[in-house]
Amino acid sequence: MTAIAQLGAAAAASPSAAAADRLYPLRRALETLGAPLAALLLAAAAFAVLLAALGKSPADFCALLWKGAFGTWFSWQNTLQRAAPLLLTALCVAVPAQLGLVIIGGEGALALGGLAATVAALPLVGAWTPFVQITMAIAGFAAGGLWIGITGLLRARRGVNETVASLVLSYIGIALFNHLVEGPLRDPASLNKPSTWGIGDANMIGPVPGTELHPGLAVGVIACVLCWVLIFRTSTGFAARVTGGNLRAAQLQGLPVARLIVLACMLGGGFAGLAGMMEVAAVNGRANASLLAGYGYSGILIAFLARHNPLAIIPMAVLLGGVGAAGGLLQRRMDLPDATVVVLQGFIFIAILASETLYGRFAWFQPRGKA
Amino acid sequence: MTPAVSVEAVGITKRFGAFTALSDISLRVRPASVHALLGENGAGKSTLVKCLLGYYRADEGSFLIDGREETIARPADADRLGLGMVYQHFTLVPSMTVAENLVMSRATVPAVIDWRRERAELESFMAQMPFRVPLGADVGGLAAGERQKTEILKQLYLQRRLLVLDEPTSVLTPQEAEEMLTLVRGLAHSGSITVCIITHKLKEVARFADEVTVLRRGRAVGGGAARDLAAPELTAMMIGEPQAPATLERRGGAAKEERLLVRHLRTEGDAGRPGLDIAHLAVHPREIVGVAGVSGNGQKELAEVLGGQRAPAGGEVIVAGESYAATRAQAQARGVRVLPEEPLRNGCVPRMSVTDNLNLRSFDRDDQGRPRAWLDARAMAERARRMIASYGVRAPSREAPIGVLSGGNVQRCVLARELDGEVGLLIVANPCFGLDVKAVAEVRARIMAARNAGTAVLLISEDLDEILELADRIVVMHAGTIVHETPAAGADAQAIGAYMLGSH
Ligand SMILES: Nc1ncnc2c1ncn2[C@@H]1O[C@H](COP(=O)(O)OP(=O)(O)OP(=O)(O)O)[C@@H](O)[C@H]1O
Ligand SMILES: [Mg+2]
Repeated sequence: MTAIAQLGAAAAASPSAAAADRLYPLRRALETLGAPLAALLLAAAAFAVLLAALGKSPADFCALLWKGAFGTWFSWQNTLQRAAPLLLTALCVAVPAQLGLVIIGGEGALALGGLAATVAALPLVGAWTPFVQITMAIAGFAAGGLWIGITGLLRARRGVNETVASLVLSYIGIALFNHLVEGPLRDPASLNKPSTWGIGDANMIGPVPGTELHPGLAVGVIACVLCWVLIFRTSTGFAARVTGGNLRAAQLQGLPVARLIVLACMLGGGFAGLAGMMEVAAVNGRANASLLAGYGYSGILIAFLARHNPLAIIPMAVLLGGVGAAGGLLQRRMDLPDATVVVLQGFIFIAILASETLYGRFAWFQPRGKA
Repeated sequence: MTPAVSVEAVGITKRFGAFTALSDISLRVRPASVHALLGENGAGKSTLVKCLLGYYRADEGSFLIDGREETIARPADADRLGLGMVYQHFTLVPSMTVAENLVMSRATVPAVIDWRRERAELESFMAQMPFRVPLGADVGGLAAGERQKTEILKQLYLQRRLLVLDEPTSVLTPQEAEEMLTLVRGLAHSGSITVCIITHKLKEVARFADEVTVLRRGRAVGGGAARDLAAPELTAMMIGEPQAPATLERRGGAAKEERLLVRHLRTEGDAGRPGLDIAHLAVHPREIVGVAGVSGNGQKELAEVLGGQRAPAGGEVIVAGESYAATRAQAQARGVRVLPEEPLRNGCVPRMSVTDNLNLRSFDRDDQGRPRAWLDARAMAERARRMIASYGVRAPSREAPIGVLSGGNVQRCVLARELDGEVGLLIVANPCFGLDVKAVAEVRARIMAARNAGTAVLLISEDLDEILELADRIVVMHAGTIVHETPAAGADAQAIGAYMLGSH
């Protein structure tokens, strides 16, 4: 018998991982759901203690939070309106995160996206509406994609830390935005709040047909689903996950690491830019400081809450949109300072980051089977 | 010095989910002795010692240290008891220097460190050691062998009362291994330390161990005084059957044209080490070229350049007659495969599943080799199932992250992936590190079979015996260059050893 034939016989005799553990993927999904949920509860508990210390009733707080976020049809609308841009800015973090990058410059990309969309629409006012809207979307996506794409390029070619680079570029982007809106592009008629000229009522995007919902919501949900498909069902997404999981293994497989990094950054930035475009086209009608409402920063929080899973971003964005929507009511009714909601968000963020250490701790979620 | 302790495990059981890695294991390690723990890949050796060191919590059973039952719930408890371990996977901080790693590893580090005094102490400590590592070098830049030495030095520096070594010699040269084991045995027999050593090398057991315990599939199946147990007996205990000696059949000779040709290849040196400078290296189809050398003489760099993990500073790499830059398209078209050293760190994505990791070479191609944009989950699962079966990989589940597999099983997975399909050029670095006796025979047979089928093989190995057994031609590397070349038939091991040390 040759050595190889012996091998075959030996292999056939040894029971390998035959008993596949079918329910493992399900349990893993549950774990992914359970950990942030536990973190949320913990953050809520800590926040309740803080409220009690301030002499406010945590129960009232919960009731008002619920009422302001999801209690009425009106509050639902408010929540979803806030969630819409968050879906897209969260993707700006979650997509590059597949490659192990931490991008936090979504705010700047959103602002520039909104501005570029407005600028693209201005010479076209009066043209066929769908054409104007599509041009705006392309311009917004391109501007955001370019901005974060620069970060990707710096990272891939020069090894610059992408977190710092994206933050600095975001500041530069915001400064550029302010300069243009308050200077060369300012509509002289906008006195109190410097704004650009309007894109014209005819070019505004109406609510989702048949409802009163923010159209950005549909765009955001579709984008999340598409990103999920891209990441988990395509070869490119697989290559990105390999690169994010172990750069050396990716190099050994000859994967185009630099190209993947730039691509993911451009895609993520493009979504943030699209969020800016939607805010202009669906809400503000022009570019002004309303765009700088912190959506880019909340997006970071949501992406981490969702552990960078695009589908998990959807419920998380709604949740945080709700917290934001309830903010006003809480201030008025409980006489709390307006930073309260920010403190709550901070608590959630810390709890989520801490919950990362819970993964793999509980045997019940782990693979089973005989070896 | 602190006196050696005795360790007793009583009825240790450890489960991962429904999978029982250890069932009811009891064993006794006498104080001031060297106790060897043997068993095939995935038998549970690492798991057992990790329970002892507080890295895992045993589900049942207890440990007695010097006869007293101790709860070891976390590594700090083990630390307090003076139990230390050199893990199979490295645990040093790569961005810190050797000296920093040593000082920071102490349980109590002063708030302000007097580095001058520490350095002087470290240097005098280092002077008593059988091998040396540059104290100022960054750990990340050290080759595997040097890092392993640093791990061992760290434990000796911490003055442990029990030292567990998980496959400590797999990355050391025979001389280094000999020196290191002589040293720890000396320490043990002088009464200052108890040693528990996990190994697959039966020669080491015979030479250095006092007692042996054999594990098989999570159970203790035998043991006794090392001098009463011969190698065949131990092997039979480990695999539950007598081992049939494998014969390696070498068929056909090397073809004429070069499959791999390296000319004037240079890389930048780092951490005071010279870079590569290889004037000429060729490998032909149906030929195994063995690269011998002491760890840290450029083998790692050579494998990295060929695998696309390091950019050369000059020179050319030619595969199958055309220039080669290790892109995916080139590697796929010309069938270039690489089995890197430390496969978990260099060739796997620890968090991704076994199935995904087995498909890293082929996820973007269909059966006809055409690119595909969509993943084919069914084909991937099927391919993984086939590889797992034919390489006898033991994994709790195909969907488990590959990081939880035992060291030997990770090695098998990477080997299965890299040898799958048509292989034109195979670059392997230390393919048998951490494999059990049976697997070593298997792997060598597979490499030889690939060669016989027409693959050109570049075998980089620190195990000279392995090279002498497998290679058709041998080159010796020293300080980044090739200093000697000889046909394997009739090669003189003594002379090769002298070239390896640069003393020829
Ligand atoms: N964290 C974990 N989760 C699930 N299974 C695990 C985990 N750690 C180890 N195992 C399983 O336990 C078994 C024993 O692993 P262990 O690492 O102890 O083997 P070993 O004897 O050290 O083998 P090797 O010689 O290959 O290093 C393996 O089948 C492994 O897959
Ligand atoms: Mg092990």
